[in-house]
Amino acid sequence: MAKFEPVLLARIGKPDSALLETYQRDGGYSALKKALGMAPEEIINTVKDSGLRGRGGAGFPTGLKWTFLPKGHPGPIYLAINADESEPGTFNNRILMEEDPHQIIEGIIISCFAIKSNKSFLYLRYEYGKSYRALENAVNECYAAGILGDNVMGSGFKCDIVLHRGAAAYICGEETGLIESLEGKRAWPRIKPPFPAIEGAFRKPTIVNNIETMACVVHIVNKGVEWFKSMGVPADPNNPRDAGSYGPKLYCLSGHVNKPGCYEVPLGITARQLIDEYGGGVPNGRGIKAVVPGGISMGFLSASELDTPLDFNGPGKVGCLGLGTAAVVVIDDQTSMVDVLYNCCRFFSHESCGQCTPCREGTAWMTKIMHRIRSGQGEMRDLDLLAEVAGSIGIIPGTTICGLSDGAAWPVKNAIKKFRPEFEEYIQSKRSTIKPAELLAVH
Amino acid sequence: MPTVYIDDKSIELAPGEKLNCIQAAERAGIEIPSYCYHPALSVVASCRMCLVEVGEKKPDGTVSIPPKVFPGCQTPVKDGTVIVTNSKRVLDAQKATLEYLLLNHPLDCPVCDQAGECGLQDFSYKYGRGYSRLNEPKNIKPDKDYIGEQITLFTDRCIMCTRCVRFTREYSGTGELQIINRGSHEEIDIFPGQPCNNKLAGNVVDLCPVGALCSKDFLYEQRVWWLKGKDSVCPGCSTGCSIRVDQNNDVLYRLKPRYNPQAQGHFMCDEGRFGWKYISSEKRLRQPYQKQGAGLAPSNWNAVMPAVKTAIGTQVKAAPTKFAAIISPWTTVEEAYLLAKLLKGLSPDVTLALGPVRTVGGDDQYPKTVTGAPPKEVKFTIRAEKCPNRRGVEGVLEHFQGSVISFETIASQLQSGALEGLYVLNADPEAMFTADFVQAAKGLKLLVVQDLLESPLANEAHFVLAGAAWAEKEGTFVNHNGLAQSIFRGVRGPGEARPDGRILWELNDRKGLFRASTVRQEIADEIVAFAPLILGDLGEHGVMLNSSEPVVAPALQPA
Repeated sequence: MAKFEPVLLARIGKPDSALLETYQRDGGYSALKKALGMAPEEIINTVKDSGLRGRGGAGFPTGLKWTFLPKGHPGPIYLAINADESEPGTFNNRILMEEDPHQIIEGIIISCFAIKSNKSFLYLRYEYGKSYRALENAVNECYAAGILGDNVMGSGFKCDIVLHRGAAAYICGEETGLIESLEGKRAWPRIKPPFPAIEGAFRKPTIVNNIETMACVVHIVNKGVEWFKSMGVPADPNNPRDAGSYGPKLYCLSGHVNKPGCYEVPLGITARQLIDEYGGGVPNGRGIKAVVPGGISMGFLSASELDTPLDFNGPGKVGCLGLGTAAVVVIDDQTSMVDVLYNCCRFFSHESCGQCTPCREGTAWMTKIMHRIRSGQGEMRDLDLLAEVAGSIGIIPGTTICGLSDGAAWPVKNAIKKFRPEFEEYIQSKRSTIKPAELLAVH
Repeated sequence: MPTVYIDDKSIELAPGEKLNCIQAAERAGIEIPSYCYHPALSVVASCRMCLVEVGEKKPDGTVSIPPKVFPGCQTPVKDGTVIVTNSKRVLDAQKATLEYLLLNHPLDCPVCDQAGECGLQDFSYKYGRGYSRLNEPKNIKPDKDYIGEQITLFTDRCIMCTRCVRFTREYSGTGELQIINRGSHEEIDIFPGQPCNNKLAGNVVDLCPVGALCSKDFLYEQRVWWLKGKDSVCPGCSTGCSIRVDQNNDVLYRLKPRYNPQAQGHFMCDEGRFGWKYISSEKRLRQPYQKQGAGLAPSNWNAVMPAVKTAIGTQVKAAPTKFAAIISPWTTVEEAYLLAKLLKGLSPDVTLALGPVRTVGGDDQYPKTVTGAPPKEVKFTIRAEKCPNRRGVEGVLEHFQGSVISFETIASQLQSGALEGLYVLNADPEAMFTADFVQAAKGLKLLVVQDLLESPLANEAHFVLAGAAWAEKEGTFVNHNGLAQSIFRGVRGPGEARPDGRILWELNDRKGLFRASTVRQEIADEIVAFAPLILGDLGEHGVMLNSSEPVVAPALQPA
């Protein structure tokens, strides 16, 4: 497979790539100029035709989401940008924001123009200090250059960007949790309907999009629908619910690989290709035991499933939840899946917002069970109990408001299904891999 | 008519009616268990107890039900909605939710005040599994007795339904309660140094479906299954909140608000909730007294009743224009009527006055806003007028003498020595135990005091009749809005004290027992303003006196 020439990451690593001067030298804001000459509906249709699906995790078609806004609304309409990148293993938004913030801002202004919004909130997780400073500087440059403000590039269109730093919680990445947090409340996801496009931030219609989606919008406007559709995997004609997976995607490769990093590849690359061709294989010649296809909430690919294409539809075919954030974490054959799963459970029980009973109690219970198994006191029936708990929590069985607990349940379901012999062996051996200090620090 | 199907039953919706699945099922007589849902509060759909399957019956008769559960509280019903509450999927979801709720619950029912009226107990029996599969230590959370003056929090019993938090935000508007921490470590707490002491705070104890928020006043006082409740009306102000009086062995333990859309809604204020302690005061009159020399001598009813009757008869005959009665706005309509009937029967020249109408400040409206501005939509009002039955007594007085004579008029007559005889039906401590008033009363030829407590005024009386508190008698209160509600006898008075109605019934020389409903019918017959009370039974929610709707006996109502 020929090396793909990066588009979204084209400017990453160049000197002073975060500055307006270099961005404009590289042809920046030409897409915005082009977009301002188009009708807003035309931009929405272009994005819709391109088949762009949200890069934040759920993969909802972006153009379609934009059309959910009420027609002829007197405003204000808000665009909220989700930069609360918290899925373990994910760092593509961070690279874009730190190294190329103007690409994001251009995308935001184009999107605002398309959905007739004059104000955009960029919700940034607190830990991303460098991103914040880069964005802050970029926004200030844009205001000074007349790219943001009351008269965007002389077109008369008004656009403001508000940078908002969250207080660091995974749940703020859920779109209604983000809106609640933006409003200054506890980030408890809202019950839907109404969906944010009808009633979102400050009770106004709100579109929530991901950072990477914004970057894609710039290039779709610039290079056209045909270019975008030339990459990726077309829709499966046998699956009416598949909207296809087009365009480039930033894969975050981490874990046990020689060259971890963020790689831009057209959607549909297989896990094996990504690991071997881009990641340089597993260190010390070890084998692969499991691969997380897109953040740990998506579950695990076993060693025999590495040829699964990592598009929006692929991981689901082998029992994973989906592509998620395309954060590929490689787990080598020297790693205990018991430890991996315990760590997953611990993360989700820590991050459960605590609103819905099944998620609040279920995730914490799974962590306690995993802790007990790790400490050598597991019983065989615990595996079925874990599977039952995992099967009963989440938005898919309908027992919670948001999808956090689906994400908490999936690694458990996958691990117990795909690696059950290892868990059984571990439980039967009665050994404990727990370190004494950990005994004190059970979450 | 839009039709909604619930299991094997169906209900019809009125035009424009908006119900959720829980309400629709309730109407069909099917229970959907829930914790976080409360009709007076916003819907959060977070406890996940009310999960049901919801589908749709298409016009062609086919039914489609998505393979998942939905929270009943959040799902509105419309024509053709199909709700399934007894499928395996639903039962499994309920069982799972209850298991999760009980994971970190201490199961200390034997020492928990809520046991016996606990949502967690009830639903666990009905919908839960009989044993726990938890093999790990439970979360331990510290108890918080600092939540409020009247409220204590057993944090580990909490199931995080957030009803209390929503109540303080949406109903009282004071927002003292909040959630701290995250996930299974969440706790209800207050902002440091800002305890939940608003005047509606006691309601969070009622709202709590488990034993987490407990009333300090009732704490460890009584197991709830020993309590016997009687419907009543709070006498704390003219709002007339519907309440239930919970007692055991003639000891009153607590008041609970009773839902009444015509009176106050779901709640009551703390002034009323905790303002009944005088009922068990040491100073309660336990027997009748008669004047002997300079002081009062204990007497008995057999001796005192004929004596009072004779004394009143003689005094009224001697100087009818110089005889007056002060009828407190705390007395029931029946008592006011019987006294008025007695005195006006002796002579139409007797003066009947309304006792002091105690008013404190202005109406206290909720929810409070941050700025202290009046609320846009008033959800609860603690009224400035602190008596429960001014309108009822006024109605009686207007009938018997055409106008209501105020307490001030009669007090000035008393001061000027224009009165010789006075009958006080329930005294008001603030206006009538003053030195001036008592001094003036000393000059009376006949003073009859029918009251609850020992007082300076009673010390000067020729006859003291030991009456009953509102919880110890039956009768009718008419609230600020003309809503007539019946109160029932919850506890017996101390010692020989008798319900005021009975005393007045006997003074009227009537035979048989005093029954409020009988007197109520008599009043309705005689006084036009009280005509809607003709059935005698006012029902759970009372009867509006100024309603234009015809009175129909329940049995005669169309099915």
